[in-house]
Amino acid sequence: MANASEILQPEALSNEMLPRLYTVNKLYKDTHDTFTMELVPADGGPSMSFLPGQFNMLYVFGVGEVPISISGDPDRAIPLVHTLREVGSVTSALRTLKAGDTVGVRGPYGTAWPVDQAVGHDLVLLAGGIGLAPLRPVLYSILFRRRKYGKVVLLFGTRSPGDILYKKELQKWRSRFDLDIHITVDRAIRPWRGNVGVVTSLIPRASFDPMHTTAMICGPEIMMRFSIMELTKRGVPEDHIWVSMERNMKCGCGFCGHCQCGPLFVCKDGPVFVYPRIKDLMNKYEI
Amino acid sequence: MQDLGPYLKEHPFLSGMTDSHIDLLVGCASNVKFDIGDFVSREGQPAKQFYFVRHGKLAVELQTHDRGPMMIQTIGEGDVLGWSWLFPPYVWHFDVKTVELTRAIAMDGECLRNKCEEDHELGYEIMKRFSHVMVNRLSATRLQLLDIYGKRK
Ligand SMILES: Cc1cc2nc3c(=O)[nH]c(=O)nc-3n(C[C@H](O)[C@H](O)[C@H](O)COP(=O)(O)OP(=O)(O)OC[C@H]3O[C@@H](n4cnc5c(N)ncnc54)[C@H](O)[C@@H]3O)c2cc1C
Ligand code: FES
Repeated sequence: MANASEILQPEALSNEMLPRLYTVNKLYKDTHDTFTMELVPADGGPSMSFLPGQFNMLYVFGVGEVPISISGDPDRAIPLVHTLREVGSVTSALRTLKAGDTVGVRGPYGTAWPVDQAVGHDLVLLAGGIGLAPLRPVLYSILFRRRKYGKVVLLFGTRSPGDILYKKELQKWRSRFDLDIHITVDRAIRPWRGNVGVVTSLIPRASFDPMHTTAMICGPEIMMRFSIMELTKRGVPEDHIWVSMERNMKCGCGFCGHCQCGPLFVCKDGPVFVYPRIKDLMNKYEI
Repeated sequence: MQDLGPYLKEHPFLSGMTDSHIDLLVGCASNVKFDIGDFVSREGQPAKQFYFVRHGKLAVELQTHDRGPMMIQTIGEGDVLGWSWLFPPYVWHFDVKTVELTRAIAMDGECLRNKCEEDHELGYEIMKRFSHVMVNRLSATRLQLLDIYGKRK
């Protein structure tokens, strides 16, 4: 039960629901159906600070509002970066924006990846498709404090070579000796020379110490479930596994119940959950 | 001749196998190397061998009439390649082409089948391990079929 101080008064609620205006600074295509938007506050004031894994509600005036994870560097608040996949009305409308256009932004909302808790551990980041976007801030954050972690492994699975997000950045990171990056695609044609197969097939080969590993997973829910199975098979304790859940959202901040999943509100108690907390709720249909 | 026992023993597929069974396997084993672009198998050809990959990468391909060869899986260090040698009519179902220089231990299928018939404990060990590979492959294929990164309907 929420206590009295947690229940927002009407005025606070309207503040929470009021978007702040941001101007599109840059918008560029990543792949055929994904793009990245860089935003700056329209009033020239400071941008928001955020933690890796948190999301914003992006509002296209007259079209609608969608939850989108922040994909930029937490140590560089400006510009505010989001990477999106064009799937429907709002994401398509966002795709058509040009530099100088305005969007409404509410946030940052939600829980963060356990970047501090994982200090001293090996890290395994498992991303599927657009799921790499919410994990990119973790990579920025870790690379900034690289010595605090053991091995850092990124396992990224996507549909085809043409769907690989952040190609240039991945290439740059791949040349580092302190980062182990493996990419796989579900299908390919020649002259692709990388891996073909599901992302879970990379887990048995990756080098990490299971007992002292923190795993963070973001992608389609089926991919996350199978990844968890492989990780636990390798001996990663369940309470070292974190997942980012996706549910339809309206308010994004715990008022409307739209994102409810059992006793949890994904927008407020999540989207990042430690696996045992969400174990019985994964695989449940939306209400 | 090179003793392949130590190489077989350290291959993940054979982990935990007894020394006496490894000795039996050695009798069917030979060392092989494939250059980039070599075909290790061709769909429809007799599957006389299978391989314990020690190093490198191979692509399992399926020929399609309209899109050319589609890569459906890659196989690398520590993997086992091929199970068509186990079941009649002993023919390869796919093309397998090397993507990187590959070193492997080739196993003579008929030789191993005969040993498995003579020593059912060895046969059970081999079957158990291949079943595990096949089950993993089946669930991976199911995930691939779902096209989980595609747009939701
Ligand atoms: C916490 C959170 C963080 C998110 N972060 C990101 C992010 O960083 N980048 C990003 O691109 N998306 C992200 N999403 C998903 C994003 O919110 C949805 O894709 C978006 O709401 C779709 O809105 P739309 O109006 O464009 O599509 P709609 O008009 O609502 O849907 C159109 C069609 O697309 C399908 N669809 C809807 N959502 C998805 C989806 N996620 N994947 C595939 N098909 C879908 C629908 O089933 C429908 O068929 C996140 C979601 C949550 C809950
Ligand atoms: S979206 Fe409104 S409560 Fe979560």
